[in-house]
Amino acid sequence: MSTPDKPIDTRWTQIVADPKWSLADLREIYEFRDMLYFMAWRDVKVRYKQTILGGMWVVLQPLITMLLFTVFFGKLARIPSDGAPYPLFYFAALVPWGYFSGAMVSASISLLNHTHMIKKLYFPRIVLPLAAIIGKFIDFLIALSVLFLMMLVFGQAPSPAAIIWIPLLVLILVTTLVGGSVFLSALIIKYRDFQFALTFGIQFLMFASPIIYPASVLPERFRLLYGLNPMAGVIEGFRATLLGTTTFPSAMVAVSATMSLVVLAIGLVYFKKVENYFADVA
Amino acid sequence: MSDAVIVVDNLSKRYRIGESLRAADSFRERIAKLLRAPLDNLRRVWRMTHFDDEAENILWALRDVSFAVKEGEVLGIIGRNGAGKSTLLKILSRITLPSFGSVRLRGKVGSLLEVGTGFHPELTGRENIYLNGAILGMRKAQIDASLDEIIEFAGVARFIDTPVKRYSSGMWVRLAFSVAAHFNPEVLMIDEVLSVGDAAFRKRCLGRMRDVAKSGRTVLFVSHNIGVVNTLCDRCLLLDNGRLLFDGPTALTIKRYLEASASDAGAEVFPDSPSDRFVSFERLALRTVNGERKAEFDVFEPALLEVDYTVHEEVDGGNLGLTLKKDGTIILNSFDTDLDDERLHQRPTGRYRATIALPCPLKSGHYELTLHAGLTHVVRNVELPDVLSFDVVDISYDTSLKSYSRHAMLVAPLRWQATPRDDE
Repeated sequence: MSTPDKPIDTRWTQIVADPKWSLADLREIYEFRDMLYFMAWRDVKVRYKQTILGGMWVVLQPLITMLLFTVFFGKLARIPSDGAPYPLFYFAALVPWGYFSGAMVSASISLLNHTHMIKKLYFPRIVLPLAAIIGKFIDFLIALSVLFLMMLVFGQAPSPAAIIWIPLLVLILVTTLVGGSVFLSALIIKYRDFQFALTFGIQFLMFASPIIYPASVLPERFRLLYGLNPMAGVIEGFRATLLGTTTFPSAMVAVSATMSLVVLAIGLVYFKKVENYFADVA
Repeated sequence: MSDAVIVVDNLSKRYRIGESLRAADSFRERIAKLLRAPLDNLRRVWRMTHFDDEAENILWALRDVSFAVKEGEVLGIIGRNGAGKSTLLKILSRITLPSFGSVRLRGKVGSLLEVGTGFHPELTGRENIYLNGAILGMRKAQIDASLDEIIEFAGVARFIDTPVKRYSSGMWVRLAFSVAAHFNPEVLMIDEVLSVGDAAFRKRCLGRMRDVAKSGRTVLFVSHNIGVVNTLCDRCLLLDNGRLLFDGPTALTIKRYLEASASDAGAEVFPDSPSDRFVSFERLALRTVNGERKAEFDVFEPALLEVDYTVHEEVDGGNLGLTLKKDGTIILNSFDTDLDDERLHQRPTGRYRATIALPCPLKSGHYELTLHAGLTHVVRNVELPDVLSFDVVDISYDTSLKSYSRHAMLVAPLRWQATPRDDE
């Protein structure tokens, strides 16, 4: 505690009742990037503490679900899979969906889980949901490599365009995730009801996405409408580009991408509007 | 003011205080209430942040506070509980926003409202240093640079790679304070983080605080501990009920503060409790069940004693106690371990408020309370003799025909249960 770390700069911070948007908001998130990193890292580090299987759960969870789906929806219910082997058909959907649903839940309750921190310290509040999303991304990458491994086993080659489509689809997924979870996290910290509604919402969205069935069961004219659920475009895109189930649904993905930006905008605007009273209602 | 680093201008903050719920008084009403509950709840949660009507239920935690702080100044902020000190610090450190008014800050501001925020029990000491430092707003490179110093200051070198859930509470606090002490913002705001740890460690912390104060950094220091404020701060603010009552040299502000506290002696006192014992008492107050502060109670009006205390270190066999005297004669002793045996063996450090319902009814007269703490059968560590006094009077009941007004030790209305008998 000898001397200040930096010479006093001439920057002024203004604290008023109703702050406006500014670039300073972005700069601040950047200044707190180490916190973002350490919070995400903590999330990964402690998630499987005191478990016997440890990090293997990352892979086991989607694998077990995939097996159940293959047996019940595939072999027994004979839901069509657009020609793909059932294990691949389900796993290709469960990898992005598992990340989306898992990260959505933990990011949405991240503010509620850290009310103590919010009441005692200043930091850009958005760091908390973002850290949860980043923390779960590691799991996603591992599950994704298992998917590639499975494709190798099944002798399934992805289309060469996958190298462009997959990052783009992941971007749509993450955009939706950020928008949706910052919105929900801000809502949940004040109206706690939504944490219970969240479970139902996720369940509903699972049936509204092409996970246990392919989008091709829907009549052609509803496909674009279906794309309004961003996860529909993402999952259908995953299957098309990795498993070659259909031609790439570009139009549907475009609708999903647009929708994900709308979700992001709504989420950020709402978060910014209410983040200032988090410490008062937490 | 050209060299000001903090300019506070007409700052106000309001809160909605809990709206009390009326109890349902019939089954039908209870059902109706149950169905109405979601709407009522929505209204209540909504009203936490929306202030459409300027009705009652609004508490002004701060009202029109203005002041400026110059670069390098060490400013103390004192006032009793609920005066607005913490709210002011929370606004200045941007944890919450003001309702009205503004603050302008220059440079990087850091606040310490408590130590160890974000500590995770599963992570090791070293990992928690990084996590906690990053949450405070330190860069990783800064933490790297002071890592050895942090570990050494905390004195936990041997356990640095052990999960902190295996730490004793003392080690935990020392590590947490050590990270905080190496936090170097240009403007530092501190809220009573000193009231933790054992006596020796607190002394070192205080030394550290003195260094900061003398280093030319701008420091805002909120405390109940008048002694510490007196040695550290050049200038001091006195807050009362959200308003800035006085702003001037520390000695003058403290004088004003003590005068103000003396004016309603009896109902509430902030005792001068030694700070190097295992426990210290910060505040004692008497109130009615409705929360009204008073020092005069009716015979049948229950008096509640509130005791705010801090447990600084875990000791075995420690107890807190009170002795009640009526007109100089001891009539009652009570230990907080009387009904809670576990406390004898386990008393985690932290800040507490005990609420004690004094016996009721009490015979009218003058009562004095002595608070003490110590190790059972061994030593009395802290004793605050006759620290709080109150009166019991019988005005609101017409007692002329009752037994209570007669000379006796107890007020105890006895039921004379009578049944007809026919034993000739």
